[in-house]
This record gives sequence, C-alpha cells and structure tokens, in this order.
Amino acid sequence: MAIPNIVGAGLIVIGAGLGIGLIGGKAMEGIARNPEAANKIQTAMLIAAALIEGIGFAALFAA
Amino acid sequence: MSIKKLTHLFSLTLLLLAPAGLFASENAAHSDNGAAERKEYIKHHLLDNHDFHIIGNISMPLPVLFWDEGAHMAMSSVFEHGTKVAEIDGKFYKIEHAKIIPTDASGTPLEMHGEHPREVAIDYSITKNVVVIMLVCVLMFWLFRGMAKNYQQDLVPKGAAKFFEPLVLFVRDEIAIPNIGKKHYKKYMGFLLSVFFFIWIINLIGLTPLGINVTGNIAITAALSLMTLFITFYTSKSTYWAHIFWMPGVPVPMKIILAPIELLGVIIKPFALLIRLYANIKAGHIVLMSIIAIMYLFENWGAKGAFLGLSFFLNLIELLVAFLQAYIFTMLSALYFGAASEEHHHEEAHH
Repeated sequence: MAIPNIVGAGLIVIGAGLGIGLIGGKAMEGIARNPEAANKIQTAMLIAAALIEGIGFAALFAA
Repeated sequence: MSIKKLTHLFSLTLLLLAPAGLFASENAAHSDNGAAERKEYIKHHLLDNHDFHIIGNISMPLPVLFWDEGAHMAMSSVFEHGTKVAEIDGKFYKIEHAKIIPTDASGTPLEMHGEHPREVAIDYSITKNVVVIMLVCVLMFWLFRGMAKNYQQDLVPKGAAKFFEPLVLFVRDEIAIPNIGKKHYKKYMGFLLSVFFFIWIINLIGLTPLGINVTGNIAITAALSLMTLFITFYTSKSTYWAHIFWMPGVPVPMKIILAPIELLGVIIKPFALLIRLYANIKAGHIVLMSIIAIMYLFENWGAKGAFLGLSFFLNLIELLVAFLQAYIFTMLSALYFGAASEEHHHEEAHH
C-alpha cells in the first residue's frame, strides 16, 4: 500500500509552517525587546523564511 | 480627485479586473460543469505558447524554429492554435502542450516514449516567453540607460529615475555591500541589479491577465541560477576552493567530514535558488488561477463574491511575493559572491 502523495504534502506544509512560525515568533520577540533593531531583525527573518520555504517547495515538488 | 486617490482607484480596478481573462470563453452549462474549459484556462496561463495570445481571438503568430535532422523554420500560424497538423519541409508536425511533435500525415505521433510522444530534437522557437524576455530586456536597457545618461548632466534624478534610484541604492547598500564587502562589490553590481529588476518585472508581468508566466518556467530559473553559479566560479579567488575543501579553523577530522558536505553544497545551493523561484511563482499562479476558475463553477452569487474577494487578496500577496522572490534571489546570489571573493584572513583563534 503506497502512502498517498497528499499525506506527504501535508507533512511538508506542517514542517514549513512550524519552521517559519517559530522564526516569526522569535523575530517578534526580538523586535519587542529592541525596537531599534526592528529593520535588521525583519530582514533576517525574511531571509530565513525564504530559505525554509525553498526547502518546502523543493520537497513539495518531489511529492 | 487628487492624484493619490486616482492612483488608488486605478490600481484597485486593475486588481479586481484580473479575472477578466475568462471573459473570452463563455461558460454555458456544460456536462462536466466546464471543468475542461477551466483546465484549459489555467493551462493557458501556465504553459509557454507558440503564439502570442492577447485577448479573445486576437493572437499573434510567432516564428517556430526547430532542429529535426536539419533546421526548419515556419510561422506558428500554420499550426492554427494546435488544431492542425502542419507540413513543414516535407514532414508533418503538430503542437501539443507547447511541444512540437513529429507525426505522420494524420496526426498520430511517430514515436511514443511510454505515454508521451517523442518531441523534436531541439526546439528553439521564439515562443511567448522568449518574446516577453526580449521585451523586458529592451525595456530595462532603455530605462536604465536613460537614467545613466541623465546622471552625467545632473545628479538629481528626473522622472522615472525618481522611482528607481532608491531601489538601485537599496540593492547596493542593503544587498551588495553587506554581503560582498566594500572592496569587491562593484564588479558584481551589474549582475545583481539586472537580475533583481528582471525577476521583479517579470513576476509582476505574470500577475496581469495576459497569461504570461516566465519565471514559473524551470528552464528560465535554471538559466538564472546557472549564471549565478558561473559568476561565482569565474570570480572566485583560490582561497574559495581551498576553504571549501579544507575549512580553516576546525580540527582535522571535522575537515574531512566537512569536505564532501561542502562539495554537495556547491551544487545544492544554486539548485535551491532555482527551485525556490520556480516553485514559488508557479504555485502562486496555480492557486490564483484555480480560485479564479472556481468562481465560475459555483452558481450562487455569494460564493462567487467570496472567491472574488479571495482572489483579490491572493493577488495582493502575489505582489509581495514578486518583490520578495526577486530580493531573496539577489541576496543569496550576493551571499555566494561574497563567499567567493572573501579575502584570506590569517587564521586566528578568535572563538
């Protein structure tokens, strides 16, 4: 019995969502602690989010 | 009304009219609820095409050039939007799903590989994507050349330069210098600027109802990422390769473990660059097109309205994604260039 592809896709989305959500949360915490560094934190957050999304899409592509 | 309000109204109308591409095909009560037509609509937006289909029945035929035991050329009007089998230089061809397939006179493909018919050996036609790329290149050249010439007379920007100068400075100050360093960033600026604006403009064009999907095509993103790869190799200092295979500052057993991983990284990094852009744009278009098509499935006007609103918001998100993907591609390219042109620091115990 082969596991249907859609289950894999769901797992990938969970993983990517968790990852980006964690980063977003930590970024918000960081901004709250140090509002002056908001720009740098936002930039770093976007970079990390894009990297995670890259893996997510690559995996989604394979599934 | 003030200019600002007019602009807002105009952009709002444009965004709401994005589903207008469907007006061309009237949707009566088909037996399968128009599913085939919807698929056709979605596919038309995603695939490359040998004609340039503008609106309704107006379309411009494009030259079709390919190599199948000898170079052949024809105008794609002989294929008549994929309905006819055309005879070119004595052999028969037909177009299916934007691929040219050699067939016999009745339209059955000459050879099949499993479920897919064999295509011609090399297809280098001027398809819709190629035309759009060329147009965007001409547009960018004209735009930035004009800006550059203007700067020779007067440092204050005029006209469109007022919009683009902060963007160019953004690429230089936020992307190039932090990642590459003040010493070497200048020689990479040409590529970084080109790739940034190219991806951004083409992503934005893909959001119009014209149905032009360039960066959602894996060949094009592969070409861009290959360019990044080649520039990294070409301008890398000798210490770059030394650092990959023999990373300084770590104990020897770690170095031996790190070497194959870094080697894989050299290949995987451009590959990730490629997949990221491709999948983001393609998936975004698929979702947007599907939601617009679903609008026509439901008879209930409340449902139609809901999906229209959803498609509007998705369009807004896609605008953000257009910019973000351009930024991420450029930034990661700059990161790789920075790694390639790093000066050789003397090893210090600075941990």
